[in-house]
Amino acid sequence: MENGPLQLGHVTFTNRLFTGTGKFAANTLIPGMLKASGSEMITVALRRIDTTARSENILDYIPRGVTLLPNTSGARNAEQAVRIARIAREAGCGDFIKIEVITDMKYLMPDNIETLKATEILAREGFIVLPYVLPDLPLAKRLESAGAAAVMPLGAPIGSNRGLETMSLIAILIENCRVPVIVDAGIGRPSQAAAAMEMGADAVLVNTAIATASDPEAMGRAFDLAVKAGRIAFLAELAEPSAGASASSPLTGFLH
Amino acid sequence: MSFYAHVEQYGNFDFPRFFEGVSGDAVERSLAKDKLGPVDFLNLLSPKAAEYLEQMAQKAHRLTIQYFGKTIQLFIPLYLSSHCSNQCAYCGFNRKNDIIRRTLSLREIEAEARAIALTGMRHILFLTGESPFHTPTEYLIQASECLKRHFASVSIEIFPMDEADYRGLRQAGVDGMTLFQETYDPEVYRRVHLAGRKTDYRYRLDAPERGARAGFRMINIGALLGLSEPRREIFHTGLHGRYLENRYLETEVSISLPRFNDTEGSFKPDYRIDDKSFVQFMTALRLFSPKAGITISTRENARFRDRLLYLGATRYSAGSCTGVGGYAEVKMQQSPQFEITDTRNVDEVAAAIVAGGYQPVFKDWDAIV
Repeated sequence: MENGPLQLGHVTFTNRLFTGTGKFAANTLIPGMLKASGSEMITVALRRIDTTARSENILDYIPRGVTLLPNTSGARNAEQAVRIARIAREAGCGDFIKIEVITDMKYLMPDNIETLKATEILAREGFIVLPYVLPDLPLAKRLESAGAAAVMPLGAPIGSNRGLETMSLIAILIENCRVPVIVDAGIGRPSQAAAAMEMGADAVLVNTAIATASDPEAMGRAFDLAVKAGRIAFLAELAEPSAGASASSPLTGFLH
Repeated sequence: MSFYAHVEQYGNFDFPRFFEGVSGDAVERSLAKDKLGPVDFLNLLSPKAAEYLEQMAQKAHRLTIQYFGKTIQLFIPLYLSSHCSNQCAYCGFNRKNDIIRRTLSLREIEAEARAIALTGMRHILFLTGESPFHTPTEYLIQASECLKRHFASVSIEIFPMDEADYRGLRQAGVDGMTLFQETYDPEVYRRVHLAGRKTDYRYRLDAPERGARAGFRMINIGALLGLSEPRREIFHTGLHGRYLENRYLETEVSISLPRFNDTEGSFKPDYRIDDKSFVQFMTALRLFSPKAGITISTRENARFRDRLLYLGATRYSAGSCTGVGGYAEVKMQQSPQFEITDTRNVDEVAAAIVAGGYQPVFKDWDAIV
């Protein structure tokens, strides 16, 4: 298989590592991290953007050429997510929107039902919608029909660094979705990102693990390499794991 | 159901005996756990755990970075009124105190808001004493609407209210509330709250829950450390936080650890909390509630606050005046509610956070809702 680019809406991505702007010790670390990781898309919470005050504007740290993925963090229902998306577009943040509807501050689980409602509305309005969801196949198919540009299942709760706890559910999405599957949340190590890509995920989004590393640039580079390695392995069609070493044809060799 | 049932549950618990019996092994076991129960929390609050302070600090640091990143959310307090009908033994606004009292007019609030906005602050917390005559609900709603025009986030630290009143403020743009129980010990509570509505322990205890039901996104609780035995107070504060977290999934819970400082006047608290104990309590809270915000006010001095960055803190007030108004006009001589010891302005606090390797966050909320 060929390692082609990833198409989302009208934008083509050659790098399959998406990043985030939260939790950095300083916004000044973001441009270097983006350069080192090669990431071509970065998500930012609209609620963090401050264009009115004296304090710095986070958008000033995102270089041209990197696609902005505003997210609806803080939305508790579909209506609020829709409103945030519209404000983001009006503020010049582009057509991409990551829908994040969270009603549970304890585990930060996405509300799939409200996310679907918001997707239906925003896709109709021409947004390139990337919904953040719990991996659920029937829901993913409905998101597809509603016009989502991708689905973004969580690997583990946001910021938990627990990796691909939902692996088998994500595998079902990868097998059955027509839109790209981007693993978002929970990935704490480059090896976990590589594992997601080996499974056939189309991209991963990593924020906490990069932003809170003592050297975010180096960690960004590590994730980039891991994503690339995982992608190549997937395309090269990994051999299925087996329980132990085996002779090539112990039972049927005599037939040849 | 109310958190009161939990307070009652520990009413006869022999805390001193428990603390005495905590072994090093018990502390280590609790330290190693991902999810701490109440007994683990007590182990970490015990005098024995003080020997494990560095390990507690390291873990608190790691968890805070994981869940909050290297960031500190900044907010600024604005006192609207020092009129108060309560008689709290420790408070500068005590009705028996012969002080000049003021309540800002809406025009004055507007002027204060403009002046504060110039500092770059985007999250504001407004405070009052408890005087339904001087600060009725309608006044508070108008004040909220006024402040909402100037700030991304408006929170309240006022007297406890009914759920319907909280809802009214919520609709006027308030998104968070701070309310300290002062002390979870009903007996001590009775002793220091001598008159006024605040004498009602239960009404205050249940107020954060009413606020959560009214839809505030952020609820900050705490005990005024020094009034009663502090390990018990922190224990109950942590349990109260967990109670709210478990029942109101939509609510972000934050915890403050206000303690009396040495500059304060006539009231002599029964307990003094030294810096080492403060850090033990704060890191124990972090380990017990990894996702709860921890708010540190300007009661703590600059040098200490700069160290707390690495020990679990997530929210700082800055540039605070604890007398009524004070930002727009030259400060008039008036009595503060409490004495601040970090007197740096907003820029200086922000610069110290940056120098410490953290990002001061001026805005992380927009009440688009």
